[in-house]
Amino acid sequence: MMILVLGLGNTIMTDDGFGVRAVEALSSRYRFPGDVRLLDGGTLGLDLLPHLEEIDHLLIIDALEMQAPPGTVFRLEGDEVPRAFASKLSVHQMGVQDLLAVSELMGHLPRELVVWGVQPESIEMGTELTATATTALAPVIEGVVEELRKWGIECES
Amino acid sequence: MAQRIAVDPITRIEGHLRIEAQLEGGRIAEAWSSSTSFRGIETILKGRDPRDAHHFTQRFCGVCTTVHSMASIRAVEDALKIQIPDNARLIRNLIMGIQNVQDHVIHFYHLHALDWVDIVSALSADPAKTAQIAQSISDWPNSSPEYFQQVRDRVAAFAGTGRLGPFQNAYWGHPAYKLPPEVNLIGVAHYLEALEWQKDVIRIHAILGSKNPHPQTFLVGGMAIPVDPDSQNALNADKLALIRKLLRKARTFVEQVYIPDLLAVAPAYLDWAGIGGGVGNYLSYGDFPMDNSPGTGSLFFPRGVIMGRDLANVQPMDEKKVSEYVTHSWYTYSKGDNAGLHPYEGETSHKYTGPRPPYEFLDTDGKYSWVKSPRYLDQPMEVGPLARVLVAYAKGVPEVKAAVDFVLGKLGAPASALFSTLGRTAARGVDCLVLAQKNEQWLDQLANNMGRGIYETFNKEKWDPATWPREAQGFGYHEAPRGALGHWIRIEHGKIANYQAVVPSTWNAGPRDPKGQPGPYEAALVGTPIADPQKPLEILRTIHSFDPCLACAVHVLDGTGTEIVKVRAL
Repeated sequence: MMILVLGLGNTIMTDDGFGVRAVEALSSRYRFPGDVRLLDGGTLGLDLLPHLEEIDHLLIIDALEMQAPPGTVFRLEGDEVPRAFASKLSVHQMGVQDLLAVSELMGHLPRELVVWGVQPESIEMGTELTATATTALAPVIEGVVEELRKWGIECES
Repeated sequence: MAQRIAVDPITRIEGHLRIEAQLEGGRIAEAWSSSTSFRGIETILKGRDPRDAHHFTQRFCGVCTTVHSMASIRAVEDALKIQIPDNARLIRNLIMGIQNVQDHVIHFYHLHALDWVDIVSALSADPAKTAQIAQSISDWPNSSPEYFQQVRDRVAAFAGTGRLGPFQNAYWGHPAYKLPPEVNLIGVAHYLEALEWQKDVIRIHAILGSKNPHPQTFLVGGMAIPVDPDSQNALNADKLALIRKLLRKARTFVEQVYIPDLLAVAPAYLDWAGIGGGVGNYLSYGDFPMDNSPGTGSLFFPRGVIMGRDLANVQPMDEKKVSEYVTHSWYTYSKGDNAGLHPYEGETSHKYTGPRPPYEFLDTDGKYSWVKSPRYLDQPMEVGPLARVLVAYAKGVPEVKAAVDFVLGKLGAPASALFSTLGRTAARGVDCLVLAQKNEQWLDQLANNMGRGIYETFNKEKWDPATWPREAQGFGYHEAPRGALGHWIRIEHGKIANYQAVVPSTWNAGPRDPKGQPGPYEAALVGTPIADPQKPLEILRTIHSFDPCLACAVHVLDGTGTEIVKVRAL
């Protein structure tokens, strides 16, 4: 069973880079077995399609526009995910929505899809996360590790 | 009655675009382009080590991961007078070449084709007739009636789920779609095949860039990838053989699918050879150095400027003649907002004076865009594959001349047809075809170097900042898929003192200048017929022909400013 943890966002636009920073933090803190891939997807859309092939479980980490207080952490799954992206909840909704639709059309939509995200405080230019988003890294990482555990993966720290 | 149309973004994705257009008598009388772009780039780069700049500039653009690395390291190399080894030149040519090939194919099938190809109509195509047409235009093997039947069923099933994703466009059935269902079905089949094809093409970047999707081998002074026939970790004979196989695959698809499709779709839309011409001035920085001589005299796509569509008189390009205006942009200049600043002196003090969203229309008499207005000798310039191909064609580059004449001959069109929306789309195909073929030669040269024991990929002479002058400045050029990309860097005491990037979409999407001259998008839309103001498909055709790096939504408003329809555009 192949699992992809996909961090999305632009690392030079402060909290927009949350997903990528979370994936970086995960790779530096944990060791993962061979059937778990971690990927900095940046802001790429369809270019990521090959990386979704043969993936059974997809876990996306992203900055999400949820009209919530900055730093609020969200977990979405199942029908919530397309609906969330369809109603423009992510700052990358075009890319992600199209990516998922096309991967379905191509016949390799992952069986399970979970999204972890944070409401950004700032998406202005800047290479660092805001303090607010940085605080959200810990619960998101914890959530992702727990998510992987449910999928039968133990992450070694 | 005059009517105003607005094309507006639905979300804050980078580089989003808004077009406002005044309609009179079913045609666009005037148009305004408003867009956001990255701003404050220098605040991120100032004070950093110039050798690190490309790690940050790589993220300027979400889709082209290579282009801002390329321009950035060239700017530093120009400032520090660094000569790169021949292998680095060839590896870079391959990375740039394949980026162009991949980008153009994906743009054609996944963005632009849907402006010409009606997916819904494809569902009523006759598979046998489709196969007949497909076999008459190309030797591409996927062309049986069974194959097209299967594609039709697959898309119909997907459409039945109600989640159309990238096909979620309300323009299907628009009267401006002219193709028979069978040609539409060929387009849809190749839309899907292009996705499969792309996977192989991306592998070339993964080999040369060490990491996909974000390449890691760019390096000031060369490439951080060793060439060594005896090392498993280096670019060795096995890897070159794999790249050769993938390049051939890339080229075959361009020759047997993309170009035949272009030539099958274009005849239905020959009226678009007279629409969307625009400013008629073209700028190419040139690219793909053919040897390692200093300077840029040996570029495969030559450097040059064409003014007023005068192909008989290509002028030399001098980056010192580039300036940027902010008269209609949300920035202020210390010398006054009507001044033109060369990028070395560039300033990026933003000051938004536009309306608070949601709003009906922008104040187009005042400032109305986040994009500056770049000008060359104070003239607006179109950049992109058309500019690149026109300069090479006018200068008589044999490969380009042959490809252009082939396409024009097939369509029975004169060279003047190139100055149009259709010409822009055809030129992208020419650019793609020529580079898909050229890539194989650069690989041959790399293999040849390796065979002769030439392994060097990095010139470390100027790596140590102690070897640098106290002050230096440099221009990094690149012909990215979308056109002329320039980075300008000023280095003081080993650190970045100023950094400015003028990207292709800035040239093309910029607003009016102090003289009131419209930018290329704005000029290209004038005269465009609009069959249905509620579904301005024709605007998308011309704007998409420039390959804007963005996605946008369409809001159509009637004369009183009431919103009558809201459609997501692709």
